[in-house]
Amino acid sequence: MSLRRYVVRRTLLTLPILLGVSVLTFGLVKLLPGTPVDYVLQFQEATPELRASLRAQYHLDEPLWKQYLLWLNDVLHLDFGDRVVSDRSVSAAIAERLPETLVLGGAAFLIALLVGVPAGVVAAVRRGTLLDEGSRVVALAGIATPNFWLGLLLILVFGVHLDLVSVIPPVAPILAPESLAFLVLPAVTLGTASAALFTRLTRSAVTDQLRQEYVRTARAKGLTERTVIVKHVLRNSLVSVVTVAAVQVAFLLDGAVVIERVFSWPGLGRLLVRAILQRDFPVVQAVVLLVAVAVVVANLLADVLYAWLDPRITY
Amino acid sequence: MPRNPLDGRGRLRVRGFGSDEAAADAPATPDSEADADAPPTDRVRRGWARFRRDRAAVAGLAIIALMALLAVFARPIEVGGVVVQPVALAPYDPGASGVAPAYLPPSFAHPFGTDWAGRDVFSRVLYGGRYSLSIGVIAVGIALLVGVPLGAVAGYVGGWVDETIMRLVDVLYAFPFLVLAIALVAVFGQGFWKLVGALVAVGWISYARLVRGEVLSVSERDYVLAARAVGASDGHILRRHVVPNAIAPVIVQATLNVGTVVLSAAALGFLGLGLEPGTAEWGSMLSAGRDTLVGGEWWVTVFPGLAIFLFVLSINLVGDGVRDALDPDADTDRFRTREAR
Repeated sequence: MSLRRYVVRRTLLTLPILLGVSVLTFGLVKLLPGTPVDYVLQFQEATPELRASLRAQYHLDEPLWKQYLLWLNDVLHLDFGDRVVSDRSVSAAIAERLPETLVLGGAAFLIALLVGVPAGVVAAVRRGTLLDEGSRVVALAGIATPNFWLGLLLILVFGVHLDLVSVIPPVAPILAPESLAFLVLPAVTLGTASAALFTRLTRSAVTDQLRQEYVRTARAKGLTERTVIVKHVLRNSLVSVVTVAAVQVAFLLDGAVVIERVFSWPGLGRLLVRAILQRDFPVVQAVVLLVAVAVVVANLLADVLYAWLDPRITY
Repeated sequence: MPRNPLDGRGRLRVRGFGSDEAAADAPATPDSEADADAPPTDRVRRGWARFRRDRAAVAGLAIIALMALLAVFARPIEVGGVVVQPVALAPYDPGASGVAPAYLPPSFAHPFGTDWAGRDVFSRVLYGGRYSLSIGVIAVGIALLVGVPLGAVAGYVGGWVDETIMRLVDVLYAFPFLVLAIALVAVFGQGFWKLVGALVAVGWISYARLVRGEVLSVSERDYVLAARAVGASDGHILRRHVVPNAIAPVIVQATLNVGTVVLSAAALGFLGLGLEPGTAEWGSMLSAGRDTLVGGEWWVTVFPGLAIFLFVLSINLVGDGVRDALDPDADTDRFRTREAR
């Protein structure tokens, strides 16, 4: 099958998943005690007229399947309704927070790749040495450290004791110098676990490649070890690294929810946690849906990338 | 070979740190075939012998055992008014506020200091093990009870049963672990069993997927086909061949997942969404977080976090050890043995 046909087929396969995701997200709010009207009114008394108009606004008098379809139609037009705690629309709140999370997640991802991949290569090439051992221990520790605790410790050391960075986010545009300086600690915190995973993954991929015959051939024809590793082994190892990298989206989003709270980072994760505490369910619904769609799309990209990078694979 | 693009994808979990992919694909060697034919007790004994040689894993197991003992003996346990465990290692009641002034730094009387309410942090950290350990073990246990049968049925029966179960798994896989757990806690509320329920609802899918894959691959093996050819019943094949071979990766995954679950529960506690606020749970104890750091009260943050870190690190070491012990090829493959060290 050609790559193009595979991409089309793989994309079509995500449609039922996206449908399921939307049903689940819709159903989640239906499982809440009370109706959306109760939450909008914050369980306060209201005139029957107001209740009736709110019921109509949320289509509560329609059958459930119709409610879902109406909701889905709104969602497909990026209309998630209004927030419960204010008159602003959910979409506006998300549009404001999304870039913050993307910057944080992107920075963490870069750090994870730039640290993890070289560390993994070194560990594989120097397999069995102290360096390899050391990287294993550090990676194990990186995985086991609760990210919020790591963030707090970094604040303690660099923010409080050494007084190198501000402990509260600066009021400045995202890409202003003071914002970028503040970005360092949260990004390192978020990227640590991913860096550890990349290290181990790269190490195992490179180790596998080093056993291949083409490596022996490359060495036999007199290439320097450096050329063998960089030009041949690393390139082939990166196929598996790149695909797993795309799947990291879910992992980073999970981390962002927690770390945004640690650093008062004004992103989606903080919006989600706040919304839950304030019972602002349209926001919860919208963020959860958005996150799930992002993961599905990332997985799709990962598979397509994999097929494109490794021409040996036929589908 | 056609590859279902959805298999083996999804979120990245905290998994082992060896060459697990390679190990899963490795063809059976004489050693593993010998293991497959060996009576189960023999297999367990050999696995234990291999596990014992991994010093890091044994150290991890010792730390977990110690933390469990400390948690059990932290305060007396009463069951229906009868004291079944009278020992109290924790010097103070973990919930009692005002046992000392607030924010005392570590001292002989309060080794880990006191928090904002004047509660003894040392007592709370000891006692907090009860929440983290029990949530980890119970949530993983129930998730196994849900996921393993569903995965086995999906793999063995196939057809629309398989389709239904696996499409549900695919949908759930689209949600990041913590985000879905947070959403479920938001809907169903706080509390121990609701938290466990949320973690189970999110956790069972990985076992279902794993077991289904194992069952599918084992069902294709020659010895299963041979057993079927000589007229063995489905039940016999499942019990004698499929389950024993599929169970090893499940045990490894479950062990490592205890760490993931404990981390998630702690993260929920930190966000104020897990147990009731003020509970002596490790994650919840950190929720005052940054404010105390700026005030210089580092001990409130450092010690509970250290407890989580130690526990999760230990469980990962044990999980790695279990994987190496249950993967008999590790002994014969020079490369992998070195990796396991």
